[in-house]
Order: sequence, then structure tokens, then C-alpha cells
Amino acid sequence: MDKARIATLWLDGCSGCHMSLLDIDERLLDIASAIELVFSPLVDNKEFPENVDLTLVEGALANEEDIEKIKMVRARTKLLVALGDCAVTGNVPAMRNNFVLADVLHRGYVDNATANCGPPVHEVPQLEPKVIPLHELVAVDLFVPGCPPSADLIFFVLSEVLAGRIPDLSTRSHFGN
Amino acid sequence: MPEISHYQVKTLTIDGKEVCASEHQTILEVARENNIDIPTLCYFNGLNGVGACRLCLVEVKGNNKLLPACVTQAQEGMEVTAHSPQLHEYRKLIIELLLTERSHVCAVCVSSGHCELQSLAQKLGVNHVTLPYLHEQCKADGSHRHFVADHNRCVLCTRCMRVCDEIEGAHTWDITGRGIRSRMITDMGEPWGDSETCTNCGKCVSVCPVGALVEKGKAVAEMTKPNFLPYLIQMRGKGQ
Repeated sequence: MDKARIATLWLDGCSGCHMSLLDIDERLLDIASAIELVFSPLVDNKEFPENVDLTLVEGALANEEDIEKIKMVRARTKLLVALGDCAVTGNVPAMRNNFVLADVLHRGYVDNATANCGPPVHEVPQLEPKVIPLHELVAVDLFVPGCPPSADLIFFVLSEVLAGRIPDLSTRSHFGN
Repeated sequence: MPEISHYQVKTLTIDGKEVCASEHQTILEVARENNIDIPTLCYFNGLNGVGACRLCLVEVKGNNKLLPACVTQAQEGMEVTAHSPQLHEYRKLIIELLLTERSHVCAVCVSSGHCELQSLAQKLGVNHVTLPYLHEQCKADGSHRHFVADHNRCVLCTRCMRVCDEIEGAHTWDITGRGIRSRMITDMGEPWGDSETCTNCGKCVSVCPVGALVEKGKAVAEMTKPNFLPYLIQMRGKGQ
């Protein structure tokens, strides 16, 4: 049997969901034998490949690069999973939405800066005016809330998907920690 | 002549189950007595019902409007539907509307894990919000010595107002504005810490279902609420 082609993507989040993924611990070995990890912050591939079976996406959409990435990933992925509250709701990254972006940047890069005052304009993607969850821009096939989703929950999701089922998380997951 | 009893038992059905109600019992009370679970958020056992959250809306045969079970008295022969796919969708939508209206960020909330909005979302299967978030900035009032009122997390259930009025007798809390502009206020809109009527009893904090009224100095998920009202009602019932 062909191995499932799995990817993970890290957008505007704290990497906690990826940490939780690694917290699956020794069960990772069971999963590893059934999958091929084709793209992830955890592996060295630079290009997101075509024909990915499942992509776990951590983080909200906060800048122009996130927007481009998620559109491309969506087009190349069969089952797109919003992993964790940032991807599902916007969560902490979206707390800046209650303010005007220019004020937020001013607060961070001028008010509280002691050197090189002013927001960066080169070599970093520009922030979007509002942070949005994935499904406001692309179709999402499965929502896995949690901050972070527990290792057990992520293991359950992967196990079910690998068994060819869409997992029912209604009693297993909730917003927050 | 023997005294004529006005006590009357009513029979009705909820979700097809035959149930009995005593006089003045609401549909919600009868349902709970019979282990029929109707979700609620603004309802608090011991306080007067107001039908604010609309989560307990039920269908009553012959009535073309949905009725809030918490303030609708059970009547003889009623045929109540408390659970249907359509009611479930309405309840999910109410939770979604609440989640979009203010800033409910469970990950950084002191009440996470002890929050009725959070647990209702899970129970009703709201695993994402299909409506756009409003991201409106509300004020947080930290002027009180012991407590904080963060209106970004308020669901306008008015439990604080009712407990303060009906149990404590202070009526410090009230509501101002209309519709989406509604806000809970202390006294005439003064900072809570300047309130002349607040007795600092903390009952409002105890009954708040979310993280809007909390004790100072709590970190994420640390705010647990004591369950004191049933005790209070029990003691009152004994005439103490």
C-alpha cells in the first residue's frame, strides 16, 4: 500500500500545535511507518509538493505570505485540517484585530523600541489589516480546536484519517486549553 | 365544607415523553426533573428567568413561535419539542453569534475550563464559527478592589444584575444601551470601584457563566466559581 502523503504547515501561531504533534511520543513510530512526511517545519523540503493527502495547518492568516501559502496548499491538498485555535478562530494572533494595524505596529516598533524605530518594510511579509481563520479564505475539511489540541487528540485525528475515516471530534475537543 | 385545593397537576409531553408539572412550573423545570436536557446560558437556578439567551427555545405544537422554556409555564396537554435538527441548528447559531460579538479567546481567559460558553460550544458541536468576528473593543473595568469586569467576554446573560437585585438587594448592576450596543453597567455607569451601592459580596462574580466578572490576580484557567446559590436557597427554605 502506498504511504499517505502528509504535510504540516506553520502560519501565524506559536508552534505549540507542532510541539503537541511531537508530544505523540513513541506513537509517532506507528504513524511514521504509515506516512511520508512530504513537507513540514520538521523536515527539510523547501517546496510544498503536489498531491498531498493531508495537511495539518497551524496558525491563522496574518500576512500576505500566509495568504499565498494557504491558497497554494489548499490547491495541492486533498484533506485540509485546521489544527488548533489560531487556525480555527484566529485566537491570540487575531487579538490585534480589535485595534488599527498602524497603531499596533507603532506600539511595537516605535513606542516600545529603543533602536531602529519603525516597522520593518523589507524582507518580511507585510501584515494584513485583519487576522482571519483559515476557513474565511479557503475551504477547510476538518476543524481541530484546542490551544493546543492535545497529543492524544492529534494522534486520534491522524489514526482515523489513516484508517480512511473522517474523525468525529465533537466530544473530544474544545476551544482553549 | 372542605377547603378546595387549587393545586393542579398538569400532564404534557416533551419530546414525546409524558411528564407531569405542578402549578407554575416552567417547561425547563419540568424537562430537567425528567432528565431531558435543554441547554441554557442565562438561566440560573434560584434567580428569576428572563429568556435572554434564547438557547432554551422549544417548539410547542399549535404555536407558530418558538418559546423560551425557562419562562414558559407548562400547560395541560402541551406537546413540546425540545430537540430537533432545526432547534439544534438555532442553538449552534446562537453560540456562534455570541462568539463573534465580543472577544472570546479561551486560550488566554482566566475562566477557560470553567466557562459555560466554552462547554456549550463543545456540547453543541460548535468547532468553528461560520460568521465573521466583529472584533469590537470593549472596556475592561479594573477599578474594584477585588474584582475585574471585562466586557469583552460578557454574554449579556444579566445573571449579575439579577443576583445583585434579587438576592443581595443592592441592584448595583444594570444594563444600558440596546441590541448589540447593550452593556452591563454599575450604578449609573460609574467605575465599579466608585460604586456606592456595591457591597463587595462577589455574588455577581460567582454566577457569571463566562470570564467577564472575575477575581483579580487569576491567571489563565485559574478562575473557578463557587456554587453557593443552591446552598443559599436551601437555607432560605429552612427559614434561616
